[in-house]
Amino acid sequence: MTGVLAQLGSFFNTNVAHAATEAVEHAPEAAEHASGIHVVLKAEEVFNLAGFPITNSLLMTLVTSALLIGFAFFFRKKLAMVPGKLQAGVEMLFEGVLNYMAETLESRELARKFFPLIMTIFLFVLVANQLAFLPGVGSLLVEHGGAAVPLFRAPAADLNMTLALAIIAFLVIEITGVVVLGFFKYAGKYVNFSSPVNFVVGIIELLSNIGRLISFSFRLFGNVFAGEVMIAVALFFVAYLLPVPLMAFEVFVAFIQAVVFAMLTLFFIKLSIMDPHGDEAH
Amino acid sequence: MESEGAQLIAMAIAAGLGVLGPGIGIGLIGGKAMEAIGRNPEASGKVVSNMILAIVFAEALGILALVVSFIIRFVG
Repeated sequence: MTGVLAQLGSFFNTNVAHAATEAVEHAPEAAEHASGIHVVLKAEEVFNLAGFPITNSLLMTLVTSALLIGFAFFFRKKLAMVPGKLQAGVEMLFEGVLNYMAETLESRELARKFFPLIMTIFLFVLVANQLAFLPGVGSLLVEHGGAAVPLFRAPAADLNMTLALAIIAFLVIEITGVVVLGFFKYAGKYVNFSSPVNFVVGIIELLSNIGRLISFSFRLFGNVFAGEVMIAVALFFVAYLLPVPLMAFEVFVAFIQAVVFAMLTLFFIKLSIMDPHGDEAH
Repeated sequence: MESEGAQLIAMAIAAGLGVLGPGIGIGLIGGKAMEAIGRNPEASGKVVSNMILAIVFAEALGILALVVSFIIRFVG
């Protein structure tokens, strides 16, 4: 009996000692793994579709799009002259946004023209951000390339997605300015030789226009990615309790970022269609 | 100085100093907005929505600094 215990004891002792020395040797890597803070800047590939890598954030954007399109078709079937609660809610939202756009753009038909774009940007970013708080997003793991990667990931935490939206917004803003004002009048806003000061100001405006690409993409990316990192770190400290207020804050931040992206696109469209010397018309 | 240690220090300095300016900026914007609402409570809707817009611009710079610090640490 004692012999067995002694053997067990020695077994545990040697195992523990062995594990301890191993832990000390591999401490730096163990710290990285034991910390469990899975922070990657780049979205991981989940599977391959004929050579085209499908990353987990791309998968999430597909889910978001499917959700939005499915809801659109479902809603269309349920349209009635006397609105039910859901229809009244959606109408209120659309009406509110359309009125705000008409007020900002000072033209009802321009508001109508840009409404689909602005509303799509808003709804897409909103749903994509909020879906990231569902259980399973970020925690459901699949095996790919020998490592366990999350199957879903917040799309806005991937710089590719936010950059794509920023490029779309940038192109719409520039092309709108060119179409509404005419190419030379629009170019005249940025490159005008009326005076040296105006010339420099024009160049700075041109650079700030291009800088919008970076600012749009990094604002959304930074907010969502920083929120993800914050929640991951909070998970490491107090697993079930600490992330809750942080996630509540992140829900709010996700909503605000969706509003801001759409609103800023709207404002920059307004700025680009404004007359060059609109202020002097007072 | 080892690369890993330098990375950590650089990441901390980038994030810490980077959010200093936007923090002060957001505080100023919020303060002025509060003042404006106090003087004219009826305009609070317009003031608040413009305040959010201005805060978002200031915050974007802070987020930029944060992203730079992440890049220093986790990339290369």
